[in-house]
Amino acid sequence: MTAVTTGARTGRTHPSAPAGRTRRRWWGGQPIGTLFAAPYLVFVLAIFAYPLGFAAYISVHDYFFTAPGVEVDKPFVGLDNFVTVLTDPQVLASFRNTAVFLVINVPLTVVLALVLASALNAGVRWASVYRVAYYVPYLTASVSLVGVWMLLFSSGGLVNAVLGPLAPDPSWLINKGLAMPTIALYVTWKQLGFYVLLYLAALQNVPRELYESAETDGANGFQRFLNVTVPGVRSATTLALILAIITGTNLFTEPYLLTNGGGPDGASTTPVLLIYQRGIQQQNPDTAAAIGMLLVIVVGLLSLAANRLNREK
Amino acid sequence: MRRWSGALRHVLLGLMALVFAFPFFFMLVGAFQENPTNTPDRLLPTSGWTTENFTRIDSRIDLAGSLLNSLVFTGGVLLGTVVCGTLAGYAVARLDFLGRRLTWVLMLLVQMVPFQLLMIPLYVQITRGYGLGDTYLGMILPFAINTTAVFIFTQFFRALPREMFEAARIDGAGELRILRSIALPLVRPALATVVLVTFIGPWNEFLWPFLITKDATMQPLAVSLANYISNVAQSTANPNGAILAGAAALAFPVVVLFCLFQRYFTASDLGSAVKG
Repeated sequence: MTAVTTGARTGRTHPSAPAGRTRRRWWGGQPIGTLFAAPYLVFVLAIFAYPLGFAAYISVHDYFFTAPGVEVDKPFVGLDNFVTVLTDPQVLASFRNTAVFLVINVPLTVVLALVLASALNAGVRWASVYRVAYYVPYLTASVSLVGVWMLLFSSGGLVNAVLGPLAPDPSWLINKGLAMPTIALYVTWKQLGFYVLLYLAALQNVPRELYESAETDGANGFQRFLNVTVPGVRSATTLALILAIITGTNLFTEPYLLTNGGGPDGASTTPVLLIYQRGIQQQNPDTAAAIGMLLVIVVGLLSLAANRLNREK
Repeated sequence: MRRWSGALRHVLLGLMALVFAFPFFFMLVGAFQENPTNTPDRLLPTSGWTTENFTRIDSRIDLAGSLLNSLVFTGGVLLGTVVCGTLAGYAVARLDFLGRRLTWVLMLLVQMVPFQLLMIPLYVQITRGYGLGDTYLGMILPFAINTTAVFIFTQFFRALPREMFEAARIDGAGELRILRSIALPLVRPALATVVLVTFIGPWNEFLWPFLITKDATMQPLAVSLANYISNVAQSTANPNGAILAGAAALAFPVVVLFCLFQRYFTASDLGSAVKG
């Protein structure tokens, strides 16, 4: 519509209508828009598109860091880096750890977020206070909160003091079986508020009449939740699943600080932590880039599966 | 029956709120305690209040300097996002031009790419290629324009009545003038949301500034606090209070900002931002 109006205006000032029309078809009614969008487009090309391509390039070359200005041949090695990475037990363990994380974190996040959002949506007193309480951990720096959790879950920490004889030994963060689940619990806690808000927004679009007619049909609260709410927010659930998978496959701060670099004994190492250790600490950017490419593929497949699974039901 | 489910709902929501708020309470109290407690019976201390913890962490990581670095990093990102983001959002929402659809599609795609995957190539590019290690510019560049913010601007500009823009154009206003004098004043709630969403990105970011700052005087607070937690704390006698003091200093500005902007910031804004 806007295009038509300005079109009519420029049409009056330029008598050579046909030439003007072709130009308009190419550049649009307001070609200045290209100029407005240009900084953002350049940013996306430089910070996303080019590095993605560069990562793919590094991953299939024998790439290494050189002193500035020194040109050394970096030969093409095909899939060698991928073979190195896929036969590395540490890398495989990091993907297994991620699986443990996802199995705990994703269902817990989605279920808790939906339950809390529908409880909030039913119109309780202090709803805004609750909303703030749930959202604040999401807003706060992970480094801050990791510091707090570290103290709470340490051997002589508050959590163990409360549990008394039930406290795990060795303690949470230094226990091979519990390190990754503790991280999963931490991330669920930290991110949950975001998903609650996501579901709250989605719940506004579920028609009230559906609840009313379900009630007249004699459905109880739980049945209404299962048969009206859950299908009503399906697209939000798909989005929540995908975002939780992306977050969960990209952990760095948590294993780096909470379990002191993926400990104990590599039980909480994640692929991104390995990318850092291999690529930057040990100066092997090529294998690090290969881990990154594998991670992209895994995330893509998992997201696709989440999308498919949620659609069929 | 109905009353019971209402009570149950309250218990659930209240319990969860407690679980969410408790670590913050622990952080705040511990930051001002000589000896942060590890037992449940002393969670509400009556004595032992001190500001010593802040002095102690300040002597190791220069709290003020780190906060200033965080502020410069965040301010740079905010500036880039607000200036370039309004321009791009306005163009995509309201202008007909070559590349409009492409910009829109890129906005959707970029939000799906986690930053961690770009870490190696960006590190090579920015520190080795451009020599921007240990500089503010190097810190800011990868975050310079927050795509979620561009998205929020686009959605808000789209919701404004079309006739207003047509009228302004007929009156002879240029697009930049329309954006500045008409569109921007009308989307003030979006501006609040954008500032909050953009602020928490660089302020809380750890990985990227950690990678490119080796010089301690350039490190934002998230990085210097992490260094304190992972290195210094182990060789310090009683580091818990100092850790909590640092954590509180890093968390405080965001919580304040959120409380200030709370009333502009509604669930539906966020929904429109992420749902498209």
